[in-house]
Amino acid sequence: MPPALVAEGLTLTVGRERPRQLVSGLSFALAKGETLCLAGESGSGKSLTALAVMGLLPRAVRVTGGRITLGDTELTGLPEAAMRPIRGDRVAMIFQEPMTSLNPVLTIGRQLTEAIRAHRPVGRAEARRAAIAALDAVRIPEAARRLEQHPHELSGGMRQRVMIAMALALRPDVLIADEPTTALDVTVQREVLALLADLKDEIGMGLVLITHDMGVVAEVADRVLVMRAGRQVEEGPVAEIFARPAADYTRALLAAVPRMGTAARADAPKRRPVLAATDLCVRYDLDSGVMGMGSRRRVFAVEGVSFEVGERETLSLVGESGCGKSTIARALAGLVPYSGDIVVDGRNAANLDRAGTMALRRDVQMIFQDPFASLDPRMKVGDLVAEPLTIHALGSRAERRERVADLFARVGLSPDQMDRYPHEFSGGQRQRICIARALALRPKLIVADESVSALDVSVQARVLELLKELQEAFGIAYLFISHDMAVVDQISDRVAVMRLGQIVEMGTAAQVFDDPRHSYTRRLIEAVPIPDPSRRTFTGARLAGEIASPVRARHDPPPRLLLRNVGGGHWVAEESEAMAAA
Amino acid sequence: MAYIAKRLLFSALILVGVSFITFALLYLLPADPVRQIAGRSATAQTVENIRHQLGLDQPFFVQYARYFWSLVQGDLGRSYVQRAEVSSLIAARLPASLLLMAAGIVVELVFGLTLGIVAALRRGTATDQALMITSFTAVSAPQFVVGLLLLYVFAVELGWFPIGGYGTFAHLVLPAVTLGVLGMGWYSRMMRSSMIEVLRQDYIRTARAKGLPRLTIFVRHAMPNAILPIIAMIGIDIGLFMSGIVVVESVFGWPGIGQLAWQAIQRVDIPIIMGVTLVSACAIVLGNLLADLVTPLIDPRIKLRD
Repeated sequence: MPPALVAEGLTLTVGRERPRQLVSGLSFALAKGETLCLAGESGSGKSLTALAVMGLLPRAVRVTGGRITLGDTELTGLPEAAMRPIRGDRVAMIFQEPMTSLNPVLTIGRQLTEAIRAHRPVGRAEARRAAIAALDAVRIPEAARRLEQHPHELSGGMRQRVMIAMALALRPDVLIADEPTTALDVTVQREVLALLADLKDEIGMGLVLITHDMGVVAEVADRVLVMRAGRQVEEGPVAEIFARPAADYTRALLAAVPRMGTAARADAPKRRPVLAATDLCVRYDLDSGVMGMGSRRRVFAVEGVSFEVGERETLSLVGESGCGKSTIARALAGLVPYSGDIVVDGRNAANLDRAGTMALRRDVQMIFQDPFASLDPRMKVGDLVAEPLTIHALGSRAERRERVADLFARVGLSPDQMDRYPHEFSGGQRQRICIARALALRPKLIVADESVSALDVSVQARVLELLKELQEAFGIAYLFISHDMAVVDQISDRVAVMRLGQIVEMGTAAQVFDDPRHSYTRRLIEAVPIPDPSRRTFTGARLAGEIASPVRARHDPPPRLLLRNVGGGHWVAEESEAMAAA
Repeated sequence: MAYIAKRLLFSALILVGVSFITFALLYLLPADPVRQIAGRSATAQTVENIRHQLGLDQPFFVQYARYFWSLVQGDLGRSYVQRAEVSSLIAARLPASLLLMAAGIVVELVFGLTLGIVAALRRGTATDQALMITSFTAVSAPQFVVGLLLLYVFAVELGWFPIGGYGTFAHLVLPAVTLGVLGMGWYSRMMRSSMIEVLRQDYIRTARAKGLPRLTIFVRHAMPNAILPIIAMIGIDIGLFMSGIVVVESVFGWPGIGQLAWQAIQRVDIPIIMGVTLVSACAIVLGNLLADLVTPLIDPRIKLRD
């Protein structure tokens, strides 16, 4: 059987006056029914390769060498008029961001049927039938009703299913999926990947899956092509690549992947609490109503959460999007109103005067998710790191500069980089700058909200290492907030699993990960892709219902979960039958 | 429905506020209407008599209350200078102004949006630059200059259109263009940036990946999204129009409320000034209300909340 898609020596170049190769001499062949993973870190050229296949390259980028063949059609050099009928019909693509990839002003039905009618001479009614069939195929319940809905009425996972339905409605020969699950929660990711695998077999198409996640690669790939800086590092069957990587880069990449259950477990000694949150609640009303009255819906974002973080300890909050973990971070930083008690180093944040609040702020610092957005692009990085010192009027100008230089050295940057601007640094370096800024005031507690989620795995591993070193050196407590179970497993002393604003299970990392007691914790852990192709766990597409929502009627707070100590400080919420089934 | 009722209530409150502010401003104005009515030669006694007769010697809040009460009854007061009811003066001239405004909106939207779209599709090219220079000129040119220039070229020199007045379609062209030029400049710039922004959205890439023809992508996917910020702008724009109308109607001798206002300002005819101000405030409030009601028809994410 001839391969479905072939690339031979594909070379992509940007710019005309000073041309630069973004992808150089890339070759692969994809058979029907096969899954090829393009794996690599950001900037490796994997997305550009996909766009080149689709004929959707940005204007500035050109194919300057090699060719792409789809079946018996050579795609490179094909004029737009000839490419358009192929696109979406014989080769389709889905993208990373389901939230923005659908047109917000058009109904799902409209967006589906137009894809069908662009390639098939069918009437409205027939296109509609095909659209319903396509939604059924991706196991979306009540397909007919979804056609009338707009994208904003669907969750992220549902939208990605719609994207898949749209791409597969015409049964293409090849589907390119560019990080299709990166923006989704792990349990949803699992469903979507299983669905893609199922449909691939059903239609008999070739699947090119682009991902940075070696766990995903191990779970779904037949063959893997590892890319780095536009070059092919190595290519081979997935078992081969994981068991006997030939290239140093592949070895390093695999070594950097956080794995669950590999962290050294030490018994956590009882520590003096730096932070104690008791019965923390954050609620806000959804619609303002007339002059603040008459609002009927309320988000119970955080509902009666209590935890402690000790000196030199890392407590992680894990959970899926909307579980309230970031809201807790914002309450700690004083950014949202809350009820309950937040006690930092013996002082209750609620009953402090101005000066007391300032002092408290000094002790609690934050590191955010996006190192690109959290540094002011118009300030020098040295000034950014010095800013907390300036705000709290600490030291003279010269002293501050000296301290910043010291911090730069601490986080692995060079003090002579202080006078540069944020855009001159890579993502990992910027996150180091953010860490230096958080350290400037010698805080007792650092709240790290998804602080390594946006980083490539190799960078992520180094930043995690740095965080650990700094904890040893300065005795800082971390409240580490993340959706990534494997990362949490690596860094945490203790872990609290959150769902719908409440903690369902809390204990040492060993207790929670090695002996999970709550059904939700178990489901989360099972959903994490394992970076080992010999231990594949993905089977058939399971469809969980819509994710429960923390939005409720205003006067109807969710029932409080009762945490029970099952031994050694391992707390587990009691489960009703209904919840275990959900 | 409840939403619309709520919005109408707010609109009414805004108008009450406007009536109070205009009243207060004119009350504080140093110009004395009584002197105007009485004439230069009137004795102090006559002046006092007229003042008393008009109730202008009463305390501020009493005057305002009286003014507001008659306002509610649809009485905008009497022009001392023109010796006529303000409401009938405005009513007589309103249709001409509305016609001019409608024509102005058509001009600015048709030309503005077209220029903006063409510039966005040709961005970075000479066409784009030429169009943006044009729109920049349009934005910067004062309306009376544009008006006089158009008059000179197309009416005086070429004789294609009448020099001024009211009645036929030909009379409408130059004033409408003058009124619309400013908005054309704004809308073309807004439309250009809005369209460029929309064209780089993920859903446009999705539409292309589906293999849709360029025209479909543009008309069905890009246009509705790009036009959204413009609609909100049109509501605000009606206010801009009211000031434009004063200038344009004066230049072209167009018998609308702009001209009425202009004459009233020159003669310190306070009831007319207040009446016209209130009518324009109504227009602005209505314009915004309309824009807010139209937006959800295009953008399903925005719901009319009750």
